[in-house]
Amino acid sequence: MIWERDEKAILKLHKPEEEMEYILVTDVGSTTTKARLFKKNRGEWRYALSGEAPTTVEAPYENVIMGVQNAIREVEELTGLKILSEEGKIIKPHSKGRGVDFYCSTSSAGGGLQMMVAGVIKTMTAESANRAALGAGAIVMDAIAVDDDRADYEKIDIIRHLRPDMMLLAGGTDGGTTTLVMQIAELIAAADPKARLGTDYKLPLVFAGNKDVRPAVQSLMKEKFALEIVDNLRPQLEVENTEPARRAIHELFMEHVMSHAPGYPELMKWSDLDILPTPAGEGMAIQLIAYMEKKNVIGVGLGGATTNVYSIFDGKFVRSVSANLGMSYSISNVMKEAGIENIMRWIPFEIEKGGLIDILRNKMIRPTTIPHTLKSLLVEQAVAREALRLGLRHHKTIATRLKGAKTEHRMVGDMLEYSLLETYIEMMKISIIAGTGGLLSHAPRRAQALLVLTDAFQPEGVTKLYQDSVFMMPHLGVLSKAFPEIAWNIFDKDCLIRLGTVIAPAGTATQGEAVVDVKIELPDETVFEKELKFGEITRMPLAERTKVNAVISPKRGFDVGVGPGKSLETTVEGGVVGVVIDARGRPLALPDSDEERRKNLIKWFNSLDLYPKEFMVEWEK
Amino acid sequence: MREMTKEKQEDESAEEAYAYTPGLKVKRETLVLKTRLLPISGEVLFEKEANVEFDTIVARTNIPGRPNIIKAADLLNVNNEDLPTFMVRKEGDEVKEGDIIAKYTPFFGLIKRFVKSPTQGVIEAISDITGQVIVREPPTPVEVKAYIPGVITEVLPKRGVVIETPAAFIQGIFGIGGERHGALSIVVESPEDVLTAKKIKAEHKGKILVGGSLVTLDAFRRALELGVSGIIVGGIKGLDLAECIGYEIGVAITGHEDINTTLIVTEGFGEMRMSMRTFDLLKGFEGYEAAINGATQIRAGVIRPEIVISHQKRTSKGAEEKLVGGMRPGTPVRIIHEPHFGKIGVVVSLPVHLQNIETESSVRVLEVKLEEGIVIVPRANVEIIEE
Repeated sequence: MIWERDEKAILKLHKPEEEMEYILVTDVGSTTTKARLFKKNRGEWRYALSGEAPTTVEAPYENVIMGVQNAIREVEELTGLKILSEEGKIIKPHSKGRGVDFYCSTSSAGGGLQMMVAGVIKTMTAESANRAALGAGAIVMDAIAVDDDRADYEKIDIIRHLRPDMMLLAGGTDGGTTTLVMQIAELIAAADPKARLGTDYKLPLVFAGNKDVRPAVQSLMKEKFALEIVDNLRPQLEVENTEPARRAIHELFMEHVMSHAPGYPELMKWSDLDILPTPAGEGMAIQLIAYMEKKNVIGVGLGGATTNVYSIFDGKFVRSVSANLGMSYSISNVMKEAGIENIMRWIPFEIEKGGLIDILRNKMIRPTTIPHTLKSLLVEQAVAREALRLGLRHHKTIATRLKGAKTEHRMVGDMLEYSLLETYIEMMKISIIAGTGGLLSHAPRRAQALLVLTDAFQPEGVTKLYQDSVFMMPHLGVLSKAFPEIAWNIFDKDCLIRLGTVIAPAGTATQGEAVVDVKIELPDETVFEKELKFGEITRMPLAERTKVNAVISPKRGFDVGVGPGKSLETTVEGGVVGVVIDARGRPLALPDSDEERRKNLIKWFNSLDLYPKEFMVEWEK
Repeated sequence: MREMTKEKQEDESAEEAYAYTPGLKVKRETLVLKTRLLPISGEVLFEKEANVEFDTIVARTNIPGRPNIIKAADLLNVNNEDLPTFMVRKEGDEVKEGDIIAKYTPFFGLIKRFVKSPTQGVIEAISDITGQVIVREPPTPVEVKAYIPGVITEVLPKRGVVIETPAAFIQGIFGIGGERHGALSIVVESPEDVLTAKKIKAEHKGKILVGGSLVTLDAFRRALELGVSGIIVGGIKGLDLAECIGYEIGVAITGHEDINTTLIVTEGFGEMRMSMRTFDLLKGFEGYEAAINGATQIRAGVIRPEIVISHQKRTSKGAEEKLVGGMRPGTPVRIIHEPHFGKIGVVVSLPVHLQNIETESSVRVLEVKLEEGIVIVPRANVEIIEE
């Protein structure tokens, strides 16, 4: 899919790929428009530089093009390359030292793509519809189902109140229920939802349900909605096929949503690829990692307002978005959902609860401020741990086995349908965790980002941790539709920072008990050998892209992926932080006593050289 | 413009000593324009040049009534496809609450089953697939008030109007509660004072009270009890805010809280002295009728809470139309992050090069002259006090 060039996606190619020299990609974010210029140097495509400017989708500008032009002008100033013509349009193709050869963009301005989804059964077709919309990069405002415990009038009120950009209606397997699908369809038609960007045009509606009700849906909906009928996303209970719905969502996003947003019709003309929602681009970038490394991957975008989590597990891609978990606009909501005590547990100095609440609320109302003191940095990193933890927890409720499907492993005599409720994500089987977002990329020491991700996601076994150097995952994701190899080369060489590898045996013990022996042969032929006790964490420096052999021997009751107490011989890769051996146990538990907890945190922080020592000494007192 | 992107921290390329950081408006004389729109198309009630008051209704419309879904076939115990046969009212018929809309009387009437309309309205649809009947309630009227007194300068056909008034205009940083108006009453001596319950009297009903550095929980409760229109204050404790409204605010999108007293916080959370400039301005208009709105939205398309005090000192549009301001040596700024939170000073210089701060981050900074001396602050952590 994404690794094969999507020929249909390319709207224009101005010259043969081998002759191309410059590619420009923008992401029109809700606050900032970010331009990234890529350039071919001696036959190799690399990231050149960035230009950024405030997004101009809102009043008084109300024309997204201005922000794009401003961001491009910054690129022009920094490179001397003339990209915009006198009329302010992108010059294509590159010729005589002017212009670029290819341009494309992602967008999340004005709140991104906001959808409502509906299905018959909450845990079956409505859940599949939810996954399809999320995978397409949408924010799902609500999921309506016949059996969602709300009265019809409540559902109607919600549909009337929320003004989505688009709706996705699923329901019924092919040949299955027709009545219940039509019940939900009639409810939606009666509620007559209005589109967010204007009441004067028809709301796009994708129908991806039981194929037998297509004629009835057609006659009920075609007057009121811009209706698109695609293959059933749940043709059988055992099968989920979200791809046709996802494609239709992207097409309608371009045709009906983007075309009503200020300035977008012009931007669509400029772009040589369909404009993708930003999270869809980011998701594609994470999929690139999984595809190129042939591993299970979890990716996370920790933003100011939202947290997106992506997983590719045994080839299945799922995205979740926690629309109100973020580090600035939504910081108070992290506090609300996690509980202030859960944030406080990551803070190694004394802080009063009321004071911390005020600090977080002040960050919410002044979201562009940055930590000035080390204490405020630690407070934000504490919040990040909780935002990420909750983001992953939410993701696991989306990345679930298909409910309603008959399982292969049925007990004899078990004639009842067996409903699998739990997630299929197992941290032990996740080989890579990749993070992006301001808090992670602006961490003054990379080890801080590594420990924030480790504490939040609690990787088990042997896991590599990546983060991005410059925010360009959405850019590379959208570019990968047309040029997957170019996108990967830039991604690998200029975007991904290898933080290192975390070795974390799963299991618990009492403080001081031996947990694991680790033996690593270093490139200079010396051997690193260490036994770690419960509650310890340590770091061994090992350069980025250096691969070495390691023998990891967990003690009884601890597992690194091959069974409790069993040794694992494997290759581990270095990074800017190195190899981190985490013997704090899984699940990770912090001491109940405040004093002990703070002492432990400082011990861990010092082990990884996370913060300036003098502050740690001071706080330890 | 570039200064708005934090991600540019690494970029050390030359930058003149000029930076843009938006501030909150505190203006004594300006021309305030308010666009008042209906949620859907409707009727605009005034023409251009008309004078309006706070509560004048300027536009109205009818929102289609709520649909009621009746599972009629189930109630009659008949097949879905047979439902149309048993309907006694047809699509488009007006019905009253309790009217029989379908009946089934087999066995020569020995069994009688009826479906009654649960509401007054119109039968919109009868489905032989689902066996459902949809009765739509009568439309709900919606009206839009002027909110500020002034002159209608533009009519947006079927949608609303633009109202203009010369006024003092102050933006707060955070608020709760919607649009209200009332006479301004200063109930503290100085901007450092705390607004306590004792300071709120029965005569403050319907008024907008101006406090100092903090409104206590008891004071806010008393204001609610007495029917005070609004409170303008420097700070409120985060814990108290949750107590006042009964829940924690997670995301700063406010204005729809079900409370009778609108709250506008000018500085932030915690005890924070109201800026002298804001306090003096409000004091100068004591007794004037002001319009306030606590609605806050801190995301793209930022909405800050506001105070509009209409007065007759005519002024030009010029200042309002300037979209961006700049920060230069001499610009008055407010520090909006620890460790100097809330302090007001003057920009001394804007060094071009990145500097290391306590967190070890390299960031763009500025030097600010405070009463106690010159301090270095990340540029992201100040806001301009707009003149």
